[in-house]
Amino acid sequence: MSEMPILQVKNLHTSFFTDAGEVRAVNGISYNLDRGKVLGIVGESGSGKSVSAYSVMQILTDTGRVTEGEILFNGDNILKYDDKQMAAFRGSKISIIFQDPMTSLNPVFTIGNQLREAIRIHTDRNKEEIQARALEMLQLVGVNEPEKRLKQYPHELSGGMRQRVMIAMALACEPDILIADEPTTALDVTIQAQILELMQDLQKKMGMAIIMITHDLGVIADMCDEIIVMYAGKVCERGTADEIFYNPRHEYTKGLIRSIPRLSEKHEKLVPIAGTPVDLLNLPKGCAFASRCDRAMKICLREHPEEIRVNENHIAACWANVLQMYEEEQGGTNA
Amino acid sequence: MADFDPNVNPQKRPFSLQLDLAQFEPATEEEKAQQETMRESTTFFKDGMRKLRRNPLAMGSIVVLLLLLVTIIVAPMIVPYGYSDMVTVNGKRDKSAKNLAPFQYSKMEQQAIDTGENIFPHIFGTDELCRDYFIRVVYGARVSLSVGFFASLIVLIIGLLYGSIAGYAGGRTDLIMMRIVDIIYSLPDTLMVILLSVVLDQILGQRLQGTILASIGTNMLSMFTVFGLLYWVGMARLVRGQILTIKNNEYVLAARAMGAKPRRIIRKHILPNCMSVIIISTALQIPSAIFTESFLSFIGLGVQAPMPSLGSLANAARAALQAYPYKMVFPAVGICLIVLSFNLLGDGLRDAFDPKLRK
Amino acid sequence: MTESDAKKRKMIVLMLLALVLAVMGWIFLPIKSEKILCTVVLALSCGAVFFSNDTGRYVCKRILLALLTILIIAAITFFAMNAIPGGPFSKEKAPSAAVQAVLEERFHLNEPIGTQFRLYLEGLMQGNFGVSTKTGREIATTIFSSFAISAKLGGYAALCAVILGLILGSIAALNRGKLADRIIIFFTTLFVAVPSFIMATLLLLVFCLQLNWFPIFSTDNPSYVLPVIALMLSPMSYITRLTKTSMLDVLGQDYIRTARAKGVKQWKVIFKHALKNALIPVITYVGPMTAYILTGSMVVESVFTTGGLGTKFVQGISNRDYPMIMGTTIFLATLMVTMTLISDLVYKAVDPRIDFN
Repeated sequence: MSEMPILQVKNLHTSFFTDAGEVRAVNGISYNLDRGKVLGIVGESGSGKSVSAYSVMQILTDTGRVTEGEILFNGDNILKYDDKQMAAFRGSKISIIFQDPMTSLNPVFTIGNQLREAIRIHTDRNKEEIQARALEMLQLVGVNEPEKRLKQYPHELSGGMRQRVMIAMALACEPDILIADEPTTALDVTIQAQILELMQDLQKKMGMAIIMITHDLGVIADMCDEIIVMYAGKVCERGTADEIFYNPRHEYTKGLIRSIPRLSEKHEKLVPIAGTPVDLLNLPKGCAFASRCDRAMKICLREHPEEIRVNENHIAACWANVLQMYEEEQGGTNA
Repeated sequence: MADFDPNVNPQKRPFSLQLDLAQFEPATEEEKAQQETMRESTTFFKDGMRKLRRNPLAMGSIVVLLLLLVTIIVAPMIVPYGYSDMVTVNGKRDKSAKNLAPFQYSKMEQQAIDTGENIFPHIFGTDELCRDYFIRVVYGARVSLSVGFFASLIVLIIGLLYGSIAGYAGGRTDLIMMRIVDIIYSLPDTLMVILLSVVLDQILGQRLQGTILASIGTNMLSMFTVFGLLYWVGMARLVRGQILTIKNNEYVLAARAMGAKPRRIIRKHILPNCMSVIIISTALQIPSAIFTESFLSFIGLGVQAPMPSLGSLANAARAALQAYPYKMVFPAVGICLIVLSFNLLGDGLRDAFDPKLRK
Repeated sequence: MTESDAKKRKMIVLMLLALVLAVMGWIFLPIKSEKILCTVVLALSCGAVFFSNDTGRYVCKRILLALLTILIIAAITFFAMNAIPGGPFSKEKAPSAAVQAVLEERFHLNEPIGTQFRLYLEGLMQGNFGVSTKTGREIATTIFSSFAISAKLGGYAALCAVILGLILGSIAALNRGKLADRIIIFFTTLFVAVPSFIMATLLLLVFCLQLNWFPIFSTDNPSYVLPVIALMLSPMSYITRLTKTSMLDVLGQDYIRTARAKGVKQWKVIFKHALKNALIPVITYVGPMTAYILTGSMVVESVFTTGGLGTKFVQGISNRDYPMIMGTTIFLATLMVTMTLISDLVYKAVDPRIDFN
């Protein structure tokens, strides 16, 4: 055990209390994030990946609430912060960029107004310094003609430009952690690559840790130190990027990997995952993925699998692993 | 590589103990299917009706409106007085039955009751012309409701036709038709209603005498005319907007590709899809027409006397407000109840059926 | 991009000022044709200066459209009134043929109707609305003297309606589903359903005649409180509901989440980031609200007998005083069209997303 992780999430449960009932979006996930590392969270829509990030930022909507668990930032439980502490914490220690840059910037204020506000909140710089910092940030994220951009309104910028502005805004106060909530999903493919490259570049320069949320395993393959695969608010599998890619131990992960298009293997068909995501209003008793799983066993429908350490760098929650280990062990004793 | 905290994460555990291998047999498709919690599939209409039924305000409004409807249909059959006739006792006009309080009897009536006759009570009293006030309020509600209903009907028909033609035709036709709408839209409607009421009152006044239309009164006719001339533009805009969005949907393109005629496409594909929005807007048009009528009554351009409307009754009651405040209260409560019910019903319908509000 | 938006908006503000000046001149300057022409030309020349860009073109287009609308209203009013059988003098005690001829000569009634309309318009331009058939007084004098009272009443009502509506609407949105929200929505729903003359009558009956809290309105001792309340409750309720809906909509937007994620404090998120966006639909209501308040004031003023323009109009209607009805209709319509124009322009100025093509 070296240094303390900058962020520890322990057994986090988040629910939305709607008219139809309690929607259990996150059901007990735990992870650690080390200083300066990149953690990828992968899952399909509704798997709770964004909600887990919003829980960390405490920016859930009115109906959402963390019902259980702890979120430790440098050992401090931020769930115990009051409103004022939380406001000071957001943006300065942890920042976030969102999926859709088209709607994430306020349409009735200029870029400069919004960028300067982000800087002003967390520093006591004077007007000129703030303006200089805003310009510097825009240059850093590669926005051309930054002086002019500061005076423009969001609708006058392209999607890629707006996402760059969002990144500039998020990083303006040099946070320790940057959460990127599907930062490239709403962008063109060519722009996607640019934005990812920019983020990697900035990470090297500024040294913050990144939580990269995406539904696209391919996007984060070579960026992440560690990957968490989520399904129905639970962790399916987590481990180093190599482990997840080359040694997946959960049927859902395998399905995700099979559904990534690859250029190298020309004639291989893409295999979609059959079925639809579960209803978070009534979670099934057993493994949430069982009904879509080709290798589902009777036990999968009855009991939820615990997280099992597969090896040093890899944990998975799948009954198939239990069976496999049992068979290996049996084989070992028989031999 | 990040350390895995041993306190949080389970360690690798030995499996030397027996596992119930029966549990590890592949599950069948049926077993898997049970897992999928089936949500009941509902149609748009069913889902909307369910939401409407669960809205107590909207359901309360429906009940109130139904009760009112029953009252104004049934009451004239039971109450033995007419809205324009003086109260009579044994065929004699009862001049003492002036401004009676609710459930009060006049001297003549009292004498008749003493001789053992049965006289129907004046539930709301009588007015200054010795007419039963209850029946006048009932007829007033009848008039107000029908004014609201017919005005909305006119608006609906004209707006629907105009809007669907403009929206469906598109291009230059649409442009010209909508310019006309824009111009009419910019006219201040209440002022135009007043102006036309004044003018039509003079023009139609003599010509109508003796015809059936005369009983409706020139003011009401001019109000309908104005609704027909001016108020439909809002509906036309709404319908056109709806049609433009629906027109480019795949299923309409498909129908056209298969050679369906425009009429059929409008009737079968487009109208059903914008029906909910149109119905909601019509429901909200009714109180607005009732409001306009009561406003016109106030400035002396309402229904033709002795025909009562709720607005004209309330207006007439202002003259003796301090002496007989209840004469104000009955029609005023009537108007407010009707308008409130339609507003709440309209809101309820919108919450239940407006596709824009659905998630 | 030829111009930055800040500059665009400055121009709109300038244009608005010019417009307001023109309208003020139209209404309040001593009525002389030169001055009116002067203000109209001022407004249009202001537009012409900026005609080279989108904003100027848009503003000019809107002003011209507004002028066209006023012209159409004047035409409708004039021809509708002329369609009434019998001239303005045939209804009274029939004067002798000679007197009739002199009168017709004086009021150009012997001219063809087109010429009459042209003459009437010319009169309007010079602030000459004709002469009342009932009182024999200049209609323009009656309108302008009584409008002062109506303007004061309507101005207070509009101001109260907007301010209270915004506050109550925001409170309702921020306390959605809680007691405060329910109370506000209950009362606003109720107020929308009460016609203004009933509201005015009830207020008069309860607070003036029964409780004696407020004096009866008189020119020496004008008490605006009750008329303003009667006039403002309905638009206030409407604005409250509008603000609540648009506030809830805005609070669910992504950019509000962004602001919170930046660490902006809760109250500032609401008052800076949300309110400006939520205001946009409210601005579009200013035009209809003016119309509502002007027509509503006819009723409210009659109930409280304030002697304002509303009272005079209603009197004109019951007297069948056609020139008076005509003049007032055109005057009020001009006011409504102007307010709609201003609210549209302000709307475009506040929302930078609108382009001017």
